[in-house]
Amino acid sequence: MTETTDYRPMWSELGLDLDKHDALLAALGQAYGDVFLSQENRPETMGYFDFVMGEIHGLRVKELVDARAAGRIVVGSFCVFVPEELVLAVGGVCVGLCAGADFGTEAAERYLPRNTCALIKSFFGFTLEKVCPYISACDLVVGENTCDGKKKAYETFADLVGREFMVLDMPNTKSGEGRAILKRAYLDFAARLENLSGVTITAENLTAAIELVNAKRRAMHRLARLRQADPTPISGLDALLANQVFFYDDPERFTQSVNNLCDELEKRVAQKVGVAPAGTVRIVISGCPMAVPNWKLPAIVESTGAVIVGEESCIGERGTQNLVDGSGDTVGELMESLVDRYFAVDCAVFTPNPTRAPHTLQIAKDCRAHGVIHFALQFCAPYQMEAPLLEREVEKGGVPVLRLDTDYSTEDVEQLRTRVEAFVEQLRGESEPIAHRS
Amino acid sequence: MRVIGLDIGSRTVKRVTLEDGVVVDHSVVPGSHDPLAVCDGVLAGQRPDRVVATGYGRRLFAEHRQAETLTEIRAVALGARHLRPTTRTVLDIGGQDTKVVALGADGAVAKFEMNDRCAAGTGRFLEVMATALSYPMDQFVQAGREADTAQPVHAMCTVFAESEVISATARGVDRAALARGLHEAVVRRSVAMLRRVALEDDIVFCGGGALNACLHQLIAESLGRQVHLPPHPQIVAALGAALSVNSPARSPRRVQ
Repeated sequence: MTETTDYRPMWSELGLDLDKHDALLAALGQAYGDVFLSQENRPETMGYFDFVMGEIHGLRVKELVDARAAGRIVVGSFCVFVPEELVLAVGGVCVGLCAGADFGTEAAERYLPRNTCALIKSFFGFTLEKVCPYISACDLVVGENTCDGKKKAYETFADLVGREFMVLDMPNTKSGEGRAILKRAYLDFAARLENLSGVTITAENLTAAIELVNAKRRAMHRLARLRQADPTPISGLDALLANQVFFYDDPERFTQSVNNLCDELEKRVAQKVGVAPAGTVRIVISGCPMAVPNWKLPAIVESTGAVIVGEESCIGERGTQNLVDGSGDTVGELMESLVDRYFAVDCAVFTPNPTRAPHTLQIAKDCRAHGVIHFALQFCAPYQMEAPLLEREVEKGGVPVLRLDTDYSTEDVEQLRTRVEAFVEQLRGESEPIAHRS
Repeated sequence: MRVIGLDIGSRTVKRVTLEDGVVVDHSVVPGSHDPLAVCDGVLAGQRPDRVVATGYGRRLFAEHRQAETLTEIRAVALGARHLRPTTRTVLDIGGQDTKVVALGADGAVAKFEMNDRCAAGTGRFLEVMATALSYPMDQFVQAGREADTAQPVHAMCTVFAESEVISATARGVDRAALARGLHEAVVRRSVAMLRRVALEDDIVFCGGGALNACLHQLIAESLGRQVHLPPHPQIVAALGAALSVNSPARSPRRVQ
């Protein structure tokens, strides 16, 4: 994490608490070094993502500030159901907001019950402690009525965020009525964006926006396919990083960078070069989002000698799956296609949610995974409740599942490690002890 | 070849020494705030060719001493299977965690579960409750076995349960009934875990908790099944760790 520019005046202007923000960046830099830079045999083109992470609160934030100065709007969101295409259509910039670190928990608990999931506490904490430059750089922050925790938390958050704030209503069934709710939410969102930006959404600008995001998703599909190779050419941590950066980087530059990465990985696959030997235990992670900088579980999994080859997660498949059909001639047709793409996402907030388990099994099979680890944040009722159902279905399909509930704290790392190690031993099907290098 | 299996648990450190695959010696000593020092004491004069560490202290030990590691899940599976080749289910109640391991017909681990991050329903829980009732451990167990009635205890958190027990004694509730109720609470939790993970015969009960005759009796009654006790239930994981050195490796299972 090298800092070449002094961003402190910008952070100050954005109203950040510089001391706390320094503490956050120091912890982040330390964690990034320990988790990412210590990995062996990384693809060279990951250098771009290292640079992006090094500048996570620097250059990218400056770009947002510059974009606003040039008259573009900046919109922040917390969820894969907020369609970036609409923001891009009005010439805006869409960014995912900080929600992946145990920071400001005490401040958050002044407003939230203790038994609230870590993700919600985190975005409250970042906001209350004034350490998120992204929120400060936004014209509009968008919530969404997904789980009960978020929808009730947004009632309080609306008064704390200090920016214009709106909540997209969300359906909870995959019915005709449900689709209509999502469509209405997207029409409301589009109207709000037009109003805020002064730009009217047209077939032309919406088609161009759809193509921009489709290109980004296509690049991620390419990355996902390359990870199916054995030996796998990239670590799960590095692939997760690309999935995390997906949510806040400039879309065009991001797509180009992922494609550069894929070019390198293609060569690796052709030469049978991997980050771990062929035959290494392969894991798919399924469940709750892993927002930056939540790298805890993947770091544990890969420290046991296994490799993660796919993520059935918001930061992963749910964010990148499927494309929007951009062939419509009118805004109305394009909006229908947009709703279709997002309505197909099988998030656990839907009841019932019958496609998620078969989808997870399919990902595991496509990735040639030996096992699935279901990751649920504590107090995330939708994913915790769905876990046993998913476990049963996926195991019926012949893939063992380990269910883990955790949060962003580090107190349970050793307990998690024991479970993960035992699961990897189980999948490896052998009993030889692990030889330690030290 | 002399192989030592070392199970570095939260309350005790267990050692099993194998000479060419045959158990020649074992020991169980209390743990301390300095597990490395305890382990050094346990290994003094042993001169092993290889040491395999398991239990929560395995990583610390392997980082500072010459050792390989194995999780306690795999270790109890190997140990129980060696002692009873028809084992399909292992219940291990230790000092700070409880685990259930399901084994396939071939002895491979098919599924496992461990209790959550706190010590609810483990050996430590019962130790704290015995103290709250001013019983030495053996009398606590005996009182539980002989009690005519059980006073149900609902809290499973060790701290909350202690408050519940103290409130009950302050109301004049018979302490033997409480001893029984506390054992039943641990049994309910263990049996629920067994039902979730596996209940194939033979069932083997090990770990320090298996020294508790009241737990053993109530678990067998609650399941209506025979629950087998190894001769030295505390050293099963240490035995498995030592045995792992000679167990054959198989290639990873592959999904089609």
